Amino acid sequence: MISAILVFNNHGKPRLVRFYQRLAEEVQQQIIRETFHLVLKRDDHICNFLECGSLFGGPDYKLIYRHYATLYFVFCVDSSESELGILDLIQVFVETLDKCFENVCELDLIFHMDKVHYILQEVVIGGMVLETNMNEIVAQAEAQSKLEKTEGGLSAAPSRAVSAVKNINLPEIPRNINIGDINIKVPNLSQFV
Amino acid sequence: MKECMVRLIYCEMLGYESSFGYIHAIKLAQQGNLLEKRVGYLAVSLFLHENHELLLLLVNTVVKDLQSTNLVEVCMALTIVSQIFPREMIPAVLPLIEDKLQHSKEIIRRKAVQALYKFYLIAPNQVQHIHDKFRKALCDRDVGVMAASLHIYLQMVKENSSGYKDLTGSFVTILKQVVGGKLPIDFNYHSVPAPWLQIQLLRILGLLGKDDPRTSELMYDVLDESLRRAEINHNITYAILFECVQTIYTIHPKSELLEKAAKCIGKFVLSSKINLKYLGLKALTYVIQQDPNLALQHQMTIIECLDHPDPIIKRETLELLYRITNGQNVIVIVQKMLDYLKQSKEEYTIISLAGKIAELAEKYAPDNEWFIQTMNAVFSVGGDVVHPDIPNNFLRLLAEGFDDGKEDEQLRLYAVQSYLALLEEEDAFYPQKFLQVMSWVLGEYSSLVTDVDTEIILTRLHRLLKKTFVTPETKAWIMAAVTKIASRTSCSKTVDKLIQEFSTSLDTCMRQYAFELKHLCEDKVLMKSLLPFDASCNDIVVDASLSFLDGFVAEGLGHGAAPYKPHHQRQEEKLSQEKALNFEPYGLSFASSMSSSGFTGRQSPTGLSFGSDTSGNSAETGHKETNSLKLDGVRKLWGKEGYLPKKENKIGKEDEPLTVPCGSLLAGHVADPPVSQSDQVATLSEEEKEKQQLASTLFVGLGSNAGVSLMGKADMATQKFKRKSKINETQNTEETPDIQNSAALALGPLLDTLPSNKEGHEGDEHTRLRKASPCSSDTVEDNLAFEKPQSLKKPGLDNKLLHSSLSSSSLFADSNIEIFHPLPSAQCESANKTLLAPSLPGELAELPHSEVVELCQSDDLALHLCKVWTDDSLLLAVFVSNKNTSALNAVNLVFEKAEHFRILESPAYQFSVIEAQSVEHCQQCVQMDKICTQGILSGSINYQSEMETRLEFSITLSLLDFIRPMEMTTEDFGRLWLSLSNDVKQNLKMSSQDSFSAALNTLQQKLKLHIVDIIGNEGILACQLLSSVPCLLHCRIHAGMLALWFRSPCSALPDSLLYQCQKSQHSDLSELAS
Repeated sequence: MISAILVFNNHGKPRLVRFYQRLAEEVQQQIIRETFHLVLKRDDHICNFLECGSLFGGPDYKLIYRHYATLYFVFCVDSSESELGILDLIQVFVETLDKCFENVCELDLIFHMDKVHYILQEVVIGGMVLETNMNEIVAQAEAQSKLEKTEGGLSAAPSRAVSAVKNINLPEIPRNINIGDINIKVPNLSQFV
Repeated sequence: MKECMVRLIYCEMLGYESSFGYIHAIKLAQQGNLLEKRVGYLAVSLFLHENHELLLLLVNTVVKDLQSTNLVEVCMALTIVSQIFPREMIPAVLPLIEDKLQHSKEIIRRKAVQALYKFYLIAPNQVQHIHDKFRKALCDRDVGVMAASLHIYLQMVKENSSGYKDLTGSFVTILKQVVGGKLPIDFNYHSVPAPWLQIQLLRILGLLGKDDPRTSELMYDVLDESLRRAEINHNITYAILFECVQTIYTIHPKSELLEKAAKCIGKFVLSSKINLKYLGLKALTYVIQQDPNLALQHQMTIIECLDHPDPIIKRETLELLYRITNGQNVIVIVQKMLDYLKQSKEEYTIISLAGKIAELAEKYAPDNEWFIQTMNAVFSVGGDVVHPDIPNNFLRLLAEGFDDGKEDEQLRLYAVQSYLALLEEEDAFYPQKFLQVMSWVLGEYSSLVTDVDTEIILTRLHRLLKKTFVTPETKAWIMAAVTKIASRTSCSKTVDKLIQEFSTSLDTCMRQYAFELKHLCEDKVLMKSLLPFDASCNDIVVDASLSFLDGFVAEGLGHGAAPYKPHHQRQEEKLSQEKALNFEPYGLSFASSMSSSGFTGRQSPTGLSFGSDTSGNSAETGHKETNSLKLDGVRKLWGKEGYLPKKENKIGKEDEPLTVPCGSLLAGHVADPPVSQSDQVATLSEEEKEKQQLASTLFVGLGSNAGVSLMGKADMATQKFKRKSKINETQNTEETPDIQNSAALALGPLLDTLPSNKEGHEGDEHTRLRKASPCSSDTVEDNLAFEKPQSLKKPGLDNKLLHSSLSSSSLFADSNIEIFHPLPSAQCESANKTLLAPSLPGELAELPHSEVVELCQSDDLALHLCKVWTDDSLLLAVFVSNKNTSALNAVNLVFEKAEHFRILESPAYQFSVIEAQSVEHCQQCVQMDKICTQGILSGSINYQSEMETRLEFSITLSLLDFIRPMEMTTEDFGRLWLSLSNDVKQNLKMSSQDSFSAALNTLQQKLKLHIVDIIGNEGILACQLLSSVPCLLHCRIHAGMLALWFRSPCSALPDSLLYQCQKSQHSDLSELAS
């Protein structure tokens, strides 16, 4: 079983976090931090598997990670998963993201994190690998975004109007939640894959 | 709102508290349009966990969405269900999800299967009735659905592989199709057909084929095929190869495949890709026990991996070396491990590695010096994080020693010397555990060292006591050591100084120890008797009942003190006194008022029978006396001779590490390791040469010139140590007059009767036979005449038999005639086998019982079983019938230990002889330990005919075998109902012609429930699981539905009963249909 999927950038900022095991909020954050430190220490040319000791409460768990440009994709799995299989599953996931976002980059994960979660839901549900067929995943994701477009055209219009009116009355509502650490120097952003 | 929710998710991910928004996420999922719903569901699945209270608010929405006609909504609902869903609410959605298994869309079917898998994980009992639907999913025409169902099967096979052997064929066929490329092309990944599917299937096959030659047979071909097809040089093919190798080594071995697998492992190990190397090492570690030669082939690679920059690779290599350690290479391997241990900082690594080193050192230590040095290194590097078993085992080893006394002495001597040397350094810092070990050893064995003055040792310990880094616990150890040493010296300045210093210590514990030491020093004789030399292994007799206080108690009672009552009794009395007026006279309590006791208030008017309590609870009585007496009691508690608690205290401490029963205590001296460094080719470069040498030292004992397999070698090495046998020790303890002994004595007679019982049967049978069949032929008479004296020889036995709770003699009362009538004709060699059918004897036959079914059968013997449902247990009556014309000797019937069940008496039963053509029988009382709807109790019978033969059998026991009706009144029911916490509700559809009472009757008959009361359209029923776990059921009929509501103190019981209900209802319906 996969017990957690973590994606963070080179600075350790989480970009996608999904736990399939009930853990307290603080523990989750600690796991993210420690995982980052464990992974960061490792060179690129050594192996992609890592024993995470007592991090998840047992010797059974392993971290399997891949490093793409600015992002680390880390899957924490127990012994019932095949290491190489998971390694390629990460590849499948990233390739799927790439197809859905057309040249995916870190910013895509930040601004479309709901979409990323939907795609992940097609691949892994409740810690189990559900679908590994890339075409199928992309098809599902596209079906959903198509739906989004039609829905957005019809039903979302009035609600937008309503929210616009509400916002006029309440000017202090922040339009944008300031996400401090985004690296918006576009030239620096290298795409992964 | 939708945008807000996405941002909230982002905040939560970054670690900010966002619980204020959880309720909005649920609202969004409930009320929003499709898009908002989707975000809502996503947020819920990320924010909440299974037991979150808000999750209940979502259940209704999920049910609504599951019934929706919009595919997307159904999909979303299924997704959320398979991610988080409250366990108690499963019945609400289960039927809906079952329906979805027949949905025309693949994606819906796939998600439904996934949801059911989730249910299986969290509440396996509730989905038991749909196992055949899983099978249907396995045969689904869509590959995705089939793949999803494999998750369920992997889990189920893992739990119980024997139940799914019949599916092996299907799995093999599926794998064949996948490997053969029969799947749609878009399942290919880098032109490998559905690799993850293959991996999953290989795992299942491995589990199924484990230790089962017949099942393994089926999969050899397909494994071979998989190995052959996975040729392309890509990661994913290696993943498949790795699984193949693992499966091949797990299942029943086949030499050709093993050869190929070994080649594959070679590919992995020699690969330049670091990931593959890691997996190769892992595979090697896995197979090394079966094939140590494989490690030899790759020894150079392994050596290289030892110096690999990647610590993960290094660790895996050490793990591999750990597996191949033997008496000859232990020094090198442990050295390597210690090196790694010194480098690593991670706590977890240190713990596991230190444990391994200690284990190896104990097992294979070549000599004392090395052993002590290694342990010292482990303690000082491992620090305080090492597992507490390590110091405990080490001390135990020192204390118990081996058969060879001289050897012990040396080991201890060396330990003392090394510790003294370590303590010599002024500013050295040692972990607490190490200090404790040191102080214990010095305390016990310092007198072995003759050339060092005890004064020096004491000074060193004294110095330690003053160090600030020493914790109070360690100080206690050191003080104990000082006390022990002091008992062996006449007088010592250091001890005096120490006493003086710590008598005024602010630490109360230290002060206490100092005073104890002071008193002991004043009374040397007592001290010597308290602290005998090298007595740490001797068992100490502790009078747990404190019987020496009996006189004191009697005296107290004589003065009119209240007899002691246990806490719960007092509580009860207090309660009863509070509730009702006291109508009993107070008059009789005048005795206590005379004795000015402060406890008169406690004495209850009914509690005047102090004679009865006196002897039983004498220990606690001491506490419960008047004030002045109380002090006395305390002092006496301190011991008959004055300082009992001190002794106990100390002994408790010393024994603490020693009494842990633990298996491997093998250490000591082996013949010097043969340094068989084979001459290496001199032309190699210097570095290479070094490696070669290392290899030859590492793999010594594995080498082909050694010719002995690794395991054999290891065994030989371990057998060199003769351990002090455990039996000896237990005998020693039994000799000491303590409570255990008396218990054993009480058991004695019982044990005696056991073996003689069956002989008793025999005699009994025959005498009865004569009574029953007076008209039998002469042969029988002869036979009886022959047997009769035998039965007379044991006049006492019948008595004993009658005493045993299930009197065997009475069991034969009725059935004798049936069983033994054919005897005469059988002896005339007419093979009248059909008449050998056993039937239940006398009293048992009157009880409700099952049909007699055959368990297993061979040419000589048949085994039949009948379940008897007595009021308080499940009796398994097992009949062994001898079909031969000659007697069978030494027939042993053994039940294996089962996970769910417990056999009350001994699980083995022996018939010393079973006469030709006769039936013997025995019975076993079984209880359900862990609740399950159905379980298997297996066992075997072996007997001696021409050769030793063994037959295996298994008995399926259902939960219903252990359910009995529970009679109670409606009021009792009401009271019990409120006190129970676990409940399960479920609605069952009722067919229209079923009346309510008919339904209840079904429940009464099928589930053995007791109908407590029926009020209008509601009924209450009760039953109990043996022994005495009640389960209550409330049912109500409403619009063609039967609403069941179970409550029980045990959470699994309602689930299982509900399952039985569903089953019985299904069977009812099918009866009606037919």
